[in-house]
Amino acid sequence: MPDTLQPRDAKDVEAAVQSALAEGKTIEIVGHGSKRAIGRPAQTDLTLDLSALSGITLYEPEELVLSAKAGTPLAEIEALLAAKGQQLAFEPMNCAAILAGVASRGTIGGALATNISGPRRIKAGAARDHFLGFCAVSGRGETFKSGGRVVKNVTGYDLCKLMAGSWGTLAAMTEVTIKVLPRPETEQTLLIRGLEPAQAITAMTAAMGSSCDVSGAAHLPAEIAVRVPAGEMAGGAVTALRLEGFLPSVAERMRMLEVLMQPFGELGSGDEMVSRRLWTAIRDVAPFAAEASNRSAPGHERALWRVSTAPSRGAEFAAAIANAAHAHIFYDWAGGLIWLTLEPGQDAGAALIRRAVTAIGGHATLIRAPASVRAAIDVFAPQDPAVAALTKRVKDGFDPKGVLNPGRMWAGV
Amino acid sequence: MSVAMPRPDQSVLARRERIVAALRAIVPGEGVIAAEPEMRPYETDGLTAYRQLPMVVVLPETTQQVSRILAFCHAEGIKVVPRGAGTSLSGGALPLSDGVLLGMAKFNRIREIDFANRLAIVEPGVTNLAVTQAVEHAGFYYAPDPSSQIACTIGGNVAENSGGVHCLKYGMTTNNLLGCELVLMTGEVVRLGGKHLDAGGYDLLGIVTGSEGLLGVVTEITVRILKKPDGARAVLIGFASSEDAGECVGKVIGAGIIPAGMEMMDRPAIHAAEEFVHAGYPLDVDALLIIEVDGPRAEVDHLITRLEAIARSCRAVACRASSSEEERLLFWAGRKAAFPAVGRISPDYYCMDGTIPRARLPQVLKRMRELSETYGLAVANVFHAGDGNLHPLILYDANKPAELERTERFGADILRLCVEVGGVLTGEHGVGVEKRDLMPAMFSEADLNQQQRLKCAFDDKGLLNPGKVFPTLHRCAELGRMHVHAGRVAFPDIPRF
Repeated sequence: MPDTLQPRDAKDVEAAVQSALAEGKTIEIVGHGSKRAIGRPAQTDLTLDLSALSGITLYEPEELVLSAKAGTPLAEIEALLAAKGQQLAFEPMNCAAILAGVASRGTIGGALATNISGPRRIKAGAARDHFLGFCAVSGRGETFKSGGRVVKNVTGYDLCKLMAGSWGTLAAMTEVTIKVLPRPETEQTLLIRGLEPAQAITAMTAAMGSSCDVSGAAHLPAEIAVRVPAGEMAGGAVTALRLEGFLPSVAERMRMLEVLMQPFGELGSGDEMVSRRLWTAIRDVAPFAAEASNRSAPGHERALWRVSTAPSRGAEFAAAIANAAHAHIFYDWAGGLIWLTLEPGQDAGAALIRRAVTAIGGHATLIRAPASVRAAIDVFAPQDPAVAALTKRVKDGFDPKGVLNPGRMWAGV
Repeated sequence: MSVAMPRPDQSVLARRERIVAALRAIVPGEGVIAAEPEMRPYETDGLTAYRQLPMVVVLPETTQQVSRILAFCHAEGIKVVPRGAGTSLSGGALPLSDGVLLGMAKFNRIREIDFANRLAIVEPGVTNLAVTQAVEHAGFYYAPDPSSQIACTIGGNVAENSGGVHCLKYGMTTNNLLGCELVLMTGEVVRLGGKHLDAGGYDLLGIVTGSEGLLGVVTEITVRILKKPDGARAVLIGFASSEDAGECVGKVIGAGIIPAGMEMMDRPAIHAAEEFVHAGYPLDVDALLIIEVDGPRAEVDHLITRLEAIARSCRAVACRASSSEEERLLFWAGRKAAFPAVGRISPDYYCMDGTIPRARLPQVLKRMRELSETYGLAVANVFHAGDGNLHPLILYDANKPAELERTERFGADILRLCVEVGGVLTGEHGVGVEKRDLMPAMFSEADLNQQQRLKCAFDDKGLLNPGKVFPTLHRCAELGRMHVHAGRVAFPDIPRF
């Protein structure tokens, strides 16, 4: 069991990294640990628990900005925003459904460091697009900051983009500033029933290419739809299109969208409550939670992959996998985001997935698999040599001794 | 010119003839320009106060040529300054006397339009507006719209992370990119992103965007395109004070409305614009807001009604909603012509670009009026009010002795003021050479050193666009050195378990 340090403030974080450097030790950075089971398994000397770095330090709704210490619970931020009619537009997922033993919604630092975004990604952007500034301690043991607390800023390199999706391998963030946005007045979802994946993607492409301003486009094949606890989803495949905004606008766009979708299949619709439940389930990958709940036999749950590809190629990608293995699949981001599960086997289906990604384009991340599998294969997308070398040089610029989350993304990074 | 550039490398200048010959071997024909008169057009960019002839200009046409040029310059230790259309307002494309100016204008083809995936793949020399023109027949457009969009190139937009009046709702360049092909200073070609969203590893595309040509040269860019909204209307609102206008902006956002555009002008800017284009702006007001909303008819009309109510509650003294497309465009005509309009009332003007927390606007304007008196220079303000991006235009006459220097000092004071109130040095124009020496007002040495370490990962010899962004240049070896204090007390009094 590695030693756990719980710094009280940013100064403590700096001292911890400096001491680790002096002693030649490695550090795993943890917030609430909600995404700790993602990535290559950590084998570090120390755990740096940032959960005591908690608290919202600035919130100015009219400026659309919020600053918080990195370990602030996401739930606390979401509650405060909701009270002011605002939200995190990138819809960060709750990993509690898919990962065994996770009870927390996670921290803001974790949501940004992993850059995981929900269904609204296609319209509002990812976590990276709402990340305005931060303070952090690099693997060199130096405190530095980047960005600012205003929504428009091009002063210096945009290091927020680099921190988003770096999984704690470059620096330990201590405080972050994000852009927040108004919560839509209402939402409704149009359902199209009974489509095959390829037809669904054609329908979603037409919807996304319209001026209806769709903020969520997902397709759930029949065997997946039945698992969504949103009611009205049983009885065949469901393609869902979400509209959000002011009441008169949503009503008008719904009329337009119905006309546009009429030729594709039988239409249904979900009111605000059904819509919220459905998109929360899609955001949290709830259809694949049942498998994770098989906690009596850990290690036997199906491996879960998250694949980002060109939306128009989504069905083709899924078919390539499904033909070779018994995969369970559903589609978000109008076909551009594929969630799929496979029998864990020796490699969680990695060889198959990587071949399909190479042929079709995009990237795949193994989100859930036994630690032994995650230790043995690439969890993150393998990189071509030039990008891998560049990645390593970037890592060396921030963490030359490999102190922070070593090997979490790739061996040697 | 009041900004010091890296000292010219005499050994490079001594080899000039051989370097020109080597470049001619890579880019045949008229792609290498070495004669002074032909190099003149490249001596400056949109920040015309700074001028410098490059050692040589090269205009490659293929990625392979760019790769060979950079590999050659890397091996020979020659500096390189990339350039798009040269519309930078911060001197980002200012040449170096011992450097190769790498003009990307010949990369002007649109390679692919993919409506199904809502993207276009373009070369960096394609102009911003040309992307929209290539897709508008199908009702699509490219959202970022810097005011130089007729001339500025996508490659330059990537380098500067350009914005525009619509970026509050639709994002800056960085929010509208999917991928790029990038040539590193070593000549290595890497592909970042593609037709899919987000990076599978580090977001290197996000880092390259806004890096001001210091990390690599993009040779292909994949941009997202959007379906045009069904319609748009604008409302023109006049206020007796900037405080009232600022309150109105806050209330609009507080009401959950993110307008497509929300622009503010102060009295001098209103008068200059009105005299120039006769947009029908009220002249007896201290601040004018143009708020535009877009979307389906029902949404636009609904929001216009709400905006008018908010304006009344903030003591608006004039309020007019556009009732036709002509009228909407007329409202914008004044704002869009604000810079040239100010150009008519003053021999020269200097355009600043800071961002402030919007609530501090009245305080910043007041302080700016005081500075204006101190320096004896008039100032007009246009302001992207929604996101706090301020463009003060300082009026001066370059022919009067020392007036440019006084203007620059005034401008620097304004930017320091922006940082002081919690804002930043630049919202969309970039640091370039213009704000380079002000960077320490916003960043500590540790902050800047960490940024430069990132530069080292891309350009270990510091040959790509040196003298921009960073006030002090360090060697990568020096920046990489670690000072580990062995033997110190382990984890002094941090709670541990």
